[in-house]
Amino acid sequence: MLANHIGHYSLVMGLMASILIFLLSLKSYKLKTIDKRIFSISFLQLFFVLISFTSLVICFVISDFSNETVFNNSHTQKPIFYKISGTWGNHEGSLLLWLLVLTLFLILFLINSKKELKRYRILTITFQQIIIIGFFLFVLITSNPFNYLFPRPIEGLGLNPILQDPALAIHPPILYVGYVGSSLIFSATLAAVIENYISKDWAKNIKIWILISWVFLTIGIMVGSIWAYYELGWGGFWFWDPVENVSLMPWICLTALLHCVLVLEKRELLKSWTIILSIATFTLSMCGTFLVRSGILNSVHTFANDPSRGIFILCFLFFLITISLIIFFIFNKEKQKDYKKIYFFSKEVSILVNNWFLMYFLSVVLIGTLYPIFLEVLIDHKISVGPPFYNKLIVPFLIFFLIFMSLGPNLKWIKETNVKNKFQLIIFFFISLIISLLIYKKIGQTNLINTALIAASLYLFIVTIKDFFSKELYNFSKKISHFGFSLLILSILLNGILSSEAIINLKVGEKFTFKNEKIFFKSIENNKKENYQSVVGYFTVEDDKKNIFLFKPELRIYDQPAVITSEADIKTTLFRDKFLVMNTIKGNEYFNVRYQVKPFMIWIWISTLLLAIGGFLSLYNRLHEK
Amino acid sequence: MKNKILIILLVFFLSFCFFVLFKSLESSNVYVPEKKEDRQLAEFVSEDFFTKKKITSNEIFQGSDYYILNIWASWCAPCRKEHPQLMKLSKNSSIKLVGLNYKDNPKNAKKLLKELGNPFSIIIVDQSGALSIEFGGYGIPETFLINKDKKIIKTFIGNLSNDSVRQINSIVK
Repeated sequence: MLANHIGHYSLVMGLMASILIFLLSLKSYKLKTIDKRIFSISFLQLFFVLISFTSLVICFVISDFSNETVFNNSHTQKPIFYKISGTWGNHEGSLLLWLLVLTLFLILFLINSKKELKRYRILTITFQQIIIIGFFLFVLITSNPFNYLFPRPIEGLGLNPILQDPALAIHPPILYVGYVGSSLIFSATLAAVIENYISKDWAKNIKIWILISWVFLTIGIMVGSIWAYYELGWGGFWFWDPVENVSLMPWICLTALLHCVLVLEKRELLKSWTIILSIATFTLSMCGTFLVRSGILNSVHTFANDPSRGIFILCFLFFLITISLIIFFIFNKEKQKDYKKIYFFSKEVSILVNNWFLMYFLSVVLIGTLYPIFLEVLIDHKISVGPPFYNKLIVPFLIFFLIFMSLGPNLKWIKETNVKNKFQLIIFFFISLIISLLIYKKIGQTNLINTALIAASLYLFIVTIKDFFSKELYNFSKKISHFGFSLLILSILLNGILSSEAIINLKVGEKFTFKNEKIFFKSIENNKKENYQSVVGYFTVEDDKKNIFLFKPELRIYDQPAVITSEADIKTTLFRDKFLVMNTIKGNEYFNVRYQVKPFMIWIWISTLLLAIGGFLSLYNRLHEK
Repeated sequence: MKNKILIILLVFFLSFCFFVLFKSLESSNVYVPEKKEDRQLAEFVSEDFFTKKKITSNEIFQGSDYYILNIWASWCAPCRKEHPQLMKLSKNSSIKLVGLNYKDNPKNAKKLLKELGNPFSIIIVDQSGALSIEFGGYGIPETFLINKDKKIIKTFIGNLSNDSVRQINSIVK
């Protein structure tokens, strides 16, 4: 009750602070000195948003159902952990979290950019405040988390059980840090364009923010994918679902930017391209928010379908795009004479090629996601785009992408006259070809593209391993990330090719044989848990070496709201995951049992983690260079 | 000059995108298929589920006044749910039930039929999913009521309910 009001008012105060900072920053831009009040008000703003967020958390913890958000998304019977994570497990709360991260990042930027041009700093604040004001208005007008309900309901509606998972409790905050980081890149880029400050120094500074968003986006996507694998029980980790695509697109764009900024830093090339990529990254993040929050895309992520929200984000998105394009066309001063001679065999060209490929992947995902929407509006025809589309369009190009990725880092900046270890690189190529052929012989399938893809990722794998043994420790972070990527592609591939599955209906006491394993459904056990009824099935799986594994897949029947979820039991080892999930068949003693053997599953997570660790190391180096 | 054209094109493109996305907000997510009824069935050749022999549409749709074509698969939970309705329909002697086994594992499919009973007088296989697309299928399960002139007279998207069975029986009667 009290917390609710405090939260609401401090949110309004936060908006006031935003407008004040915006006006002050315009004034300081004219005076060419930074008004000291900007700093204090920015802190105040962060403080207000923090208070507001904390009060919402308190409302959730004490189950104050006079708050509409709490009423819609919580329940007294819920464990305290999910009460807290429920704060951002819904539309309103997640936007508040977004605001919190936005204001936090602005403060961090202010602290971190002391040595930079004053006007550049002021302009970045101005643009960032425009975004913050936009989000404040969005929260207050269309999705206020502090709507008051009277009379106070006695019980809440409960949190969607599928969201009651530790991975999902941390998935949104991490992803948001990534998204919000891209907003800071966007503001800083526009400021730098106006001040004509797109240069080596700028590249050095902006790279920190690019790395921060990149690392968090990578981990955020990974956690979401882990959640999908363990909780949804579909037996996969990536479904090319539009909502997944929407988080993948900024990631691809950011990856391109990360490499492009290197060229800018070393050679002062590709200025316009860097600007476009920065703008595109943020636009794609916003576009994702629009698609998910407006309810155009339906999925587990869609919290509520409210067209007024959609219209607000859409207008805001196009407002930002228009501003950025106007600024780009008026102020961008990359002249023809700035171009330097570029040699084909150089690092910058290989990075450029990498960018082209990434842009291609990006456009495939973009078209696959948006085309159905456009088609439906224009000719009222509904199609759905599934994995075959993405696999067919992306996989063949991945082969060349991987080969370029292995060769590129071996080239020098400016011009490579003599590739050292030329011989070694060629030998490695043949080795990986032979290994991949052997792998295929063993599996007994023949598919040229898959063989080539395995060869290409093995090539990258071997080349990066070789790099680890080279003398210089220089650029250790890049090696880890590239190594992680090759491992990722390899494990996804082998996982895809070697996975096998059996779906069968069993009742207690029945047995069935799958390949060389015997699966026995021993018993079931009913338990009453804190906020759900649990049905645990006991299965034993005996393999040909007489090793017996016990599987305990679980069905959870939640009371609030009444939903059944199935928790798969997954036995993870270094080389394969065994996955067993059961589902009820209504009015039947039979259970639908799905058993899957998925090789190298854990390596997908490990390699993604390596990718992120590489980014993190690079960030660490950056911060210590200063 | 070149820049100006570029800007104009960009403005057009962006306004187009804005328009489309704006429009998409209005359209609801609930999908109502266009009327596919009163449509003549195209001829096709398929494979019999049990004998694995080639079978043509003329052979399938002969010897009865009404036919029901049901698209199903063992992996589809709603199909399992509607199975009792199909069993009920199979008792009506003026209807011939044709099953279209969609992208399924034959072993699992046979297991399902053994467990829940086989309502179909003939089952054809659609391993690639192409045949279902040709029928105008939207998703499984889907059921078409076909008359003796091989015209689709009614379509049921999703699992059959008691009510749909009543509807079918009243048409067929």
